[in-house]
Amino acid sequence: MTPKNSERSAPVKHRRPARLKAYSAFRGTMIVLVVLAFLVPLAWMVMASFKTNVDIHDTSKSFLFTPILDNYSHVLGNDNYLGFVWNSFWVAFCSTGISLLIGVPAAYSMSRFNMQKSALLVLLARIIPGVSLLVPWYYVFANLGWVGGYGVLIVSHMFILIPISVYIMMSFFDSMPIELEEASLVDGLTPIGAFLRILLPLSVPGIATAGILSFIFSWNNFMFALVLSGANTKTLPVAVFDFVSYASIDWGAIMAAACIMTLPIIVIALFAQKYIVSGLTAGATKG
Amino acid sequence: MTTTSLNQLSGKERFSRWVNARRKWIFAAPAMIFTAILIGFPIGWTLYLSVTDAKGSVRAPADFIGFENYLDVLTDVDRFWPAALRTGVFTFGALAIELIAGMCIALLLWRPFKAQKWVRVAILLPFVATPVAIAMMWRLIFDPNIGFANRLLGWIGIAPQPWFSEPATTLPTLMFVDIWEFTPMIAIILLAGLTSLSDEPDEAARIDGASAWQRFWYVTLPLLRPVVLVAVLLRSIDALKTFDLLYVVKGQGGGSFHEAETLNIYVYGLSFKYNDFGTASAVLIIFFLMILFVMWLLTFRRKGAKL
Repeated sequence: MTPKNSERSAPVKHRRPARLKAYSAFRGTMIVLVVLAFLVPLAWMVMASFKTNVDIHDTSKSFLFTPILDNYSHVLGNDNYLGFVWNSFWVAFCSTGISLLIGVPAAYSMSRFNMQKSALLVLLARIIPGVSLLVPWYYVFANLGWVGGYGVLIVSHMFILIPISVYIMMSFFDSMPIELEEASLVDGLTPIGAFLRILLPLSVPGIATAGILSFIFSWNNFMFALVLSGANTKTLPVAVFDFVSYASIDWGAIMAAACIMTLPIIVIALFAQKYIVSGLTAGATKG
Repeated sequence: MTTTSLNQLSGKERFSRWVNARRKWIFAAPAMIFTAILIGFPIGWTLYLSVTDAKGSVRAPADFIGFENYLDVLTDVDRFWPAALRTGVFTFGALAIELIAGMCIALLLWRPFKAQKWVRVAILLPFVATPVAIAMMWRLIFDPNIGFANRLLGWIGIAPQPWFSEPATTLPTLMFVDIWEFTPMIAIILLAGLTSLSDEPDEAARIDGASAWQRFWYVTLPLLRPVVLVAVLLRSIDALKTFDLLYVVKGQGGGSFHEAETLNIYVYGLSFKYNDFGTASAVLIIFFLMILFVMWLLTFRRKGAKL
């Protein structure tokens, strides 16, 4: 490097940090604003769940109020709310489990043997509006005497979850080198043995991703349970919605119910954000 | 390969061979059969109902009336066409803003910074949270009298707005909620795409003296196109079918003036409130064709675009 050169670049070097500083301050501010825009409404819901209805109506108590637990004890005490929590959990757990059992091998086949058309059939379920299936389903399931049972809810949720599992697992298997299988075949395993003993253990992150997203989708589902659940098998979203329709708007209790319903998902999101993001972006980043 | 002849194999081994040879279909069959039954039967049934005058009970005998339902629906300027228009405005209006805002947020969060992980978790929450809870939350925030939205406007000196309580402001407010809920999803998908890009094209353009905007528009964006397409496909499929938010906020019929009635809500009401299965089926078939058409437009001539 010649002295001349370093002389020339010197002023630039001095100017740059200042510009960078201004830029990173601007960027920091923008990031804080973005986070606030998405968190403040949620915080508002949580705060309202700890307010009396008088405080909710009082404009001077937007942020300063005496928190109370009455809303929670009201919701949890009445309405068999814990039963609805159990319904949601049981339906989500079963439909996720069975969907993985069916979806993972299917995704493996479709990925390895390039079954594009078969994959398209399964993914078609993602496009069809759920409403279009409800009337025929209701008719058949009512005739079978299933409406109002857990089975019909699990089956209807599986209809959403299987395409999700297949979609996520296909892109997961696509990214696994085929040499893995070839090596285990050479070592004397049958193809199915290779799948069960070599590929499945390696797919645990993918299966976790598909499972977590499936659980969330099932937990959040509203429309199918609205039509197909009975008084005793109502899932949380339906139970909370019914709560709004018959209670004269008791905002404190409604917000408490909404918080209880969302809490499990928030916990999952905090601990499994890596999996949720990779499930969401499955197939996207490969182009 | 093996010298053992088939006769010498035990039943178990023979079964194992048979299974291994057909694993391609054995693995795929349950998912395909399940999906085919749960879709195939309803679609066939819907097609059949759409050419009948089925009403009241699905079990009551229905008469064949040809394409009358379709004609009725397509000439229905009171409910069907406004609902179709609302579906389009809601979906593509919200989607356009979600894409632009999502891209801005993705670019903002792209380069590493402190607390990046926590910011990602924070923006994950709106779209993983239960939609019914989110809809209730916004009903409270947008309540004209006690809602936080009007308080906030009051602090900066803007008159209170009616939000969900007036037909004219309902759809834009609903779109706002959709944008709040799903911009983060688009941002996270685009962010993953950005992170997977190689730095070299960007560096090369920088050395050639391209401005930041030029580098984004001519280098980053074209490379990101497949990811943008996936985000658009996923979001438009779900947005066209939005139900929870509209139903929780406005109920059956989309409010007293049908101000929030999209095709999805319209069909739900026809089926489960009026039991008008013939008309509902015709609307469904048309709605489904519209969705397929949109998907076809989006993936048209773009190979390798998977759902």
